[in-house]
Amino acid sequence: MKSKDISYMLKRFLLGILAVAVIAAVGFGVYTYKPAMDPVARDDQPAFDADLVEQGRILAAAGYCATCHTASDGAPYAGNYPMETQFGTIYSTNLTPDVDTGIGTYSQAAFRRAMHEGVDREGNHLFPAFPYDHFTKMSDADVDAIYAYIMTEVAPVQTVQKENELPFPLNLRMLQSGWKLLFADFGRYEADEAHSDEWNRGAYLAEGVTHCGACHTPRNALGAEREDAQFAGAEIDRWIAPALTAGNPSHVPWSAAEFKSYLESGVATYHGVAAGPMGPVVHAGVRALPEADIAALSIYLADKVGAQDDDPAGSAAVMASLKANRPDPQYRGDLGARLYATACASCHYNAEQIAQGRPDLGINSATNLDDPTNLIHVMLDGVNGPVGIAGVVMPGFRQALNDEEITAIAAYLRDKRAEKPAWANLATTVSEIRAQGRAAH
Amino acid sequence: MIEFTINGRAVSVDADPQTPLLWAIRDEIGLTGTKFGCGIGMCGACTVHVGGRATRSCITLLGDVAGTEITTIEGLDEAGNHPVQEAWRNLRVPQCGYCQSGQIMQAAALLHDIPNPSDDDIDAVMTGNLCRCMTYPRIRKAVREAATALSGAQDNG
Repeated sequence: MKSKDISYMLKRFLLGILAVAVIAAVGFGVYTYKPAMDPVARDDQPAFDADLVEQGRILAAAGYCATCHTASDGAPYAGNYPMETQFGTIYSTNLTPDVDTGIGTYSQAAFRRAMHEGVDREGNHLFPAFPYDHFTKMSDADVDAIYAYIMTEVAPVQTVQKENELPFPLNLRMLQSGWKLLFADFGRYEADEAHSDEWNRGAYLAEGVTHCGACHTPRNALGAEREDAQFAGAEIDRWIAPALTAGNPSHVPWSAAEFKSYLESGVATYHGVAAGPMGPVVHAGVRALPEADIAALSIYLADKVGAQDDDPAGSAAVMASLKANRPDPQYRGDLGARLYATACASCHYNAEQIAQGRPDLGINSATNLDDPTNLIHVMLDGVNGPVGIAGVVMPGFRQALNDEEITAIAAYLRDKRAEKPAWANLATTVSEIRAQGRAAH
Repeated sequence: MIEFTINGRAVSVDADPQTPLLWAIRDEIGLTGTKFGCGIGMCGACTVHVGGRATRSCITLLGDVAGTEITTIEGLDEAGNHPVQEAWRNLRVPQCGYCQSGQIMQAAALLHDIPNPSDDDIDAVMTGNLCRCMTYPRIRKAVREAATALSGAQDNG
């Protein structure tokens, strides 16, 4: 072949690559570009129907919008709550109807686009810390109800938005559209005909507004929920969000009845209480839903776990744990067993059956997880009034017991009560969690 | 200001939320029936009820009880005639008496959850309440007597 031919072919080849690159760039540009939507004046807003506003209040609670959109020292919905992600801290935005710094100029259509597509009124792509990948499944009517609620009931507050602490280039909003292209599955919830209406209602809520997967589904290296591992359990705010699948290691399966009790009152007899990051999810969140919706959520989640609705009262695991808790007339040779008898058994002891307010720690979720983190958090810092069982307080033993003693109690519970293999990292986990200090949730 | 209910009365306490609840009960509110023992939740002398459950007030932080309902020995029964208190008097349970308000509060909570406890049940739940005078046999007997009185009252009721 002559060198002239080779040069001609090379030229054609390079031109071809360039053409593909240009087409891809243009395509990405078209996909990325979102127009600004016209601002609306607040005075032009029609008054919303009271029922719609109430429906919006319930849904905003069930989506715990306020939990992430309220700073610890800020007004409700006024944003600046720091969300620690693997990429850096993101500060939530002001959702109050303030026209300058909130969403006061959002039309209903702009609010829908934000919820369904993760794009703000001005056309900027929002970061996926905002779970639009779940809210995209919500019906227009439900999104509109939340809009009506925020515009009617939430007091406008002017704020100074804190700057996100994301490194370049992750802070580029344009690139968020690439993330969407790769990971977001846009569109309203579609019913699964193989299941009942109630199951589908539960799925609609769980996958949409309550966005359970945002914490309970592990994320990939780019922070997207892994489709192949829905509800497989993950770490959140230095706590463990346990698996909501057959992989959940609880002795007693999470049945629909257990889920319902937990989501309604914050306590499930055979699993324990909603604490840590789950505290506000129940207590400031899903319990606002009507009973039928909580029942539907429970049916859907129990199906994901694969639990039958058997009464666990007589199960072998429960009987064994109750028996193991009875006093041993022999001398208590084990430090953990002795400390348990002194510090814990006054509440954590049951006779014939487990009473709801007296969690059995052999059966409890925290003792059965593969990681002792949640148990240690509660032993050190307790469960305060508003979370767990409302109005009941478990004191923390941070000032009362040293690491060796906390470790001994946890090891006793794991070995003698749950009868599970010892936690390899127990002593170090205790020191680490103690060193983190008392976290507020 | 931390607000809660104590013995049916709404109170608000102006103190550091990290203050032990026991301090607030004794020094701020002035109810001194609840005693300080070990200060680390290991002896039960400071037991009160929070939301109806026996709670060691020496290690419970004041900030954590905001909005809850608390009962101390003074509020267990207006006239001091809760069946557990009656049994305590009938059997002359106390010796020096220091731990007894905690024992009584723990026993009342026990009988609420386990109305007819076996001796094993009593021992398991009451083990966290120490008595340096070793009145344990009388405590156990009094819990059994109160259980009978309570279930009798329910049967007739």
